[in-house]
Amino acid sequence: MSAPLEHDYIGLGLAEASSMEIASEKLTSSSSSSSTLSTEQNSCNNNNNNNSNTNNNTNKALLDFKETELRLGLPGSKSPERKPTNNGVSVSLFGKDIENSSSKVYSLSPLKNIVSGAKRGFSDAIDGSSGNWGLSMNGKSEADLCKGAVLYSPRGGGLDEKNKIIKETSVLPQSPKAAQEKKKNQLPASNEPASAPAAKAQVVGWPPIRSFRKNTMASNLAKNNDDDGAEGKTGSGCLYVKVSMDGAPYLRKLDLKTCNNYVELSSALEKMFSCFTIGQCDSNGLPGRDGLSESRLKDLLHSSEYVLTYEDKDNDWMLVGDVPWGMFAGSCRRLRIMKGSEAIGLGMYHFFFFFIEISVKNPFEV
Amino acid sequence: MESTRSLSFPDKVLHRVFTHLTSNEDRNSVSLVCKTWYNADRLSRSKVFIRNCYSVSPEILIRRFPNVRCVTLKGKPRFSDFNLVPPDWGADVHAWLVAFADKYPLLEELRLKRMVVSNASLEFLAFSFQNFKRLSLFICDGFTTDGLEAIASYCKNLTEFDIQENVVEDTSGSWLSYFSESFASLEVFNFSNLSSEVDFDALERLVSRCKSLKVLKVNRSVSLEQLQKLLVLAPQLVELCTGSFSQEFSAHQFVELESCFNNCKNIQSLSGLFDATAQYLPAIYPACANLTFLNLSYSALGSDELDELLMHCPRLQRLWVLDTVGDKGLESVGSNCPLLEELRVFPSDPFDDTIQGVTEAGLLAVSFGCPRLHYVLYFCQQLTNAAVATIVQNCPDFTHFRLCIMNPRQPDYLTNEPMDEAFGAVVKTCTKLQRLSVSGLLTDLAFEYIGKHAKNLEVLSIAFAGSSDRGMQCVMEGCPKIRKLEIRDCPFGDAALLSGLEKYESMRSLWMSSCNVTMDGCRLLAKTMPRLNVEVIKDDESDDSHADKVYVYRTVAGPRMDSPPSVFTL
Repeated sequence: MSAPLEHDYIGLGLAEASSMEIASEKLTSSSSSSSTLSTEQNSCNNNNNNNSNTNNNTNKALLDFKETELRLGLPGSKSPERKPTNNGVSVSLFGKDIENSSSKVYSLSPLKNIVSGAKRGFSDAIDGSSGNWGLSMNGKSEADLCKGAVLYSPRGGGLDEKNKIIKETSVLPQSPKAAQEKKKNQLPASNEPASAPAAKAQVVGWPPIRSFRKNTMASNLAKNNDDDGAEGKTGSGCLYVKVSMDGAPYLRKLDLKTCNNYVELSSALEKMFSCFTIGQCDSNGLPGRDGLSESRLKDLLHSSEYVLTYEDKDNDWMLVGDVPWGMFAGSCRRLRIMKGSEAIGLGMYHFFFFFIEISVKNPFEV
Repeated sequence: MESTRSLSFPDKVLHRVFTHLTSNEDRNSVSLVCKTWYNADRLSRSKVFIRNCYSVSPEILIRRFPNVRCVTLKGKPRFSDFNLVPPDWGADVHAWLVAFADKYPLLEELRLKRMVVSNASLEFLAFSFQNFKRLSLFICDGFTTDGLEAIASYCKNLTEFDIQENVVEDTSGSWLSYFSESFASLEVFNFSNLSSEVDFDALERLVSRCKSLKVLKVNRSVSLEQLQKLLVLAPQLVELCTGSFSQEFSAHQFVELESCFNNCKNIQSLSGLFDATAQYLPAIYPACANLTFLNLSYSALGSDELDELLMHCPRLQRLWVLDTVGDKGLESVGSNCPLLEELRVFPSDPFDDTIQGVTEAGLLAVSFGCPRLHYVLYFCQQLTNAAVATIVQNCPDFTHFRLCIMNPRQPDYLTNEPMDEAFGAVVKTCTKLQRLSVSGLLTDLAFEYIGKHAKNLEVLSIAFAGSSDRGMQCVMEGCPKIRKLEIRDCPFGDAALLSGLEKYESMRSLWMSSCNVTMDGCRLLAKTMPRLNVEVIKDDESDDSHADKVYVYRTVAGPRMDSPPSVFTL
């Protein structure tokens, strides 16, 4: 084991930085991630030897030593020589993100060096890394370590602010004043949309949209989120979709969550539209649907004039019954009981025994 | 001599002739000919348009033009729309109203944009002008719906009531009930800004009385069913803004709604359509034959819905949509709207960059299909230089090109280069360009192009762009017609600011915020150019030498007296 170079507070030197990348990947998955600060290099070395060269090469390509070098400094302050990093190209010490090139990358570990050279406080490094490093110094639990770290951090509660800075994307080198202003300006723009903003620094007045429009769109979003299912959006606990039937004077709403399979769905629909089941009334005018026997069902099915269809998320009209129930419930936005003549292309599926025998002159039609 | 005879027209004749000059630019020109014409113009001028309320004082205005009937006033700098200007900055209309009440008792029209209007001012207005006819408040603030009660009650001759995009505290919808039962003169009625529910019966009666009503823009609280009733009463409408366009209708009700729209054969402009869904949108198809302006920017429509709708709008000239329609929707625009002149695409969720929205493909498709396109406002996540070059090749007549790449300093996403060449192509190809908003990663090169080629450019908006003072210098030295320059978050400092010394008096205004300008630079500017107001808005936490926000404008009224503590006039 080479002597630790007198560099930075985690005691890593130039040579070790490149192997850190590989090491960290191992660390996340390996159970023996009992690397203390001082023995980090040990495992690094071991892992380095164990790793294939290809790994080394690809990772080296991604690494720039200066980027990965950890330096001391107050949180939020900058190292002047830091290179700016662009969108999507984030350098992380812990390998988790290298594969992940999606724009969501910065919602992960706060240890990203996206802001050029922003120094992190001790607590930042520990907090963020607790999952990765598996630090267990001398048997202390991670929690204890974090607590200890907070004590050392010059800004104990400042993690949020650091996160805000770190969440900035594609920042060119700025003058310190501009950087400060940016930090200050990270107040949420007034009347943010109801959905959580993405991990993006919210600069005052950008993008340039007037408050009237922002407010209107925000209330649109809120409406859609609260709305009990005109779009069929899944809320917690209920999923109301509109059910229309060709020829009926009004629509109904049905909560898909009350049904667990297609059978229950059809009986629910049956109940709803039973008032139109004229053909099924027996002689004393009462609907004779109770105890619909299998054979009778089949009779009705084969002479069915109606087909049950649904509109899915892509606004396509689909035949009900093709996909597993869960998939159906997740993508169904609206139901429509379609007249058989229109549904010729869909075939006469008998999966749904729900249909109506209506005489030519439907007194309910207006 | 021969020449003097031709100048001795009686004044009355001159006045008569001048009344036919509708454009104020023309009037300004004739007033420069000679003293007689100057006087004839000033006595006969009835309409004034003051683009910066601090460039002139009420007294100076009244002295020159004693017979004005129609006033348009604009107040705050445009970046106040984006919360960059403190709320107490100024632009209060009250002093103007007091002066007008004294000297323009016959005032009939007042249009305000970005002014502060209090309830007391609205009441004062309602009481002071017996002949008052037209009120338009656009992006104003300071009043509540209580102030509107006074307007409704006392302006007996009102023909235009236009409340648009203001910051209004909406306490209740009762203001509408203050119109008297005999009041019937409205031609333009726009309250789509307000949110409270109004008394629908009162609204219905009002609409039925106002036979000359041409423009009706209701607010979101008006339901589809209610709208239908209004349309039956006013089939002559030319401009319509609907309320909420979603309600559970039966098939029969839908057919009725459709036939209602069918009767409105004069509709040229349609907006609102809040919460419109594929189910109800078809109701408007019968009214779309003559549609020239369609504002769908409050309806989150998808590409299919838009496609179907546009098939019914062959005459469309101006279209505003949300980016929910996607590139596919814009392809439909390209195929269905050959007469399109203006396109605005707004972001549905500007703070979520995982939403695809629209890309360069969408605007490309529109440019291929709509050669007459000359106004575009486009919000997107990313673009390429090549795409923009092709777009302007297809549509070389752009007069307004406003591109907003929402991620600051975003380069060309294919080549990773700055977007300099894109805007270079724009200014080189579009010789008629008057207004330009740039975005994306830009170096000084972009501004070199602008300075060199944008000879008709009047308004330029810059954000997060440029590499050095040179960028702004190129613009100041190069663009002869520049009138309004708005800059934020750019590395332009004192040298850049001072490079425009000779230009600022011919410009309306300059705004620079979060740049590198210092107080000393501003002081020097103020000292050298006494006919400019150089105002600095200080943020609380900045240091003393830094000029956080600078607003420079020409004025004949001297430094203003009503600036708040955060604003320093140097």
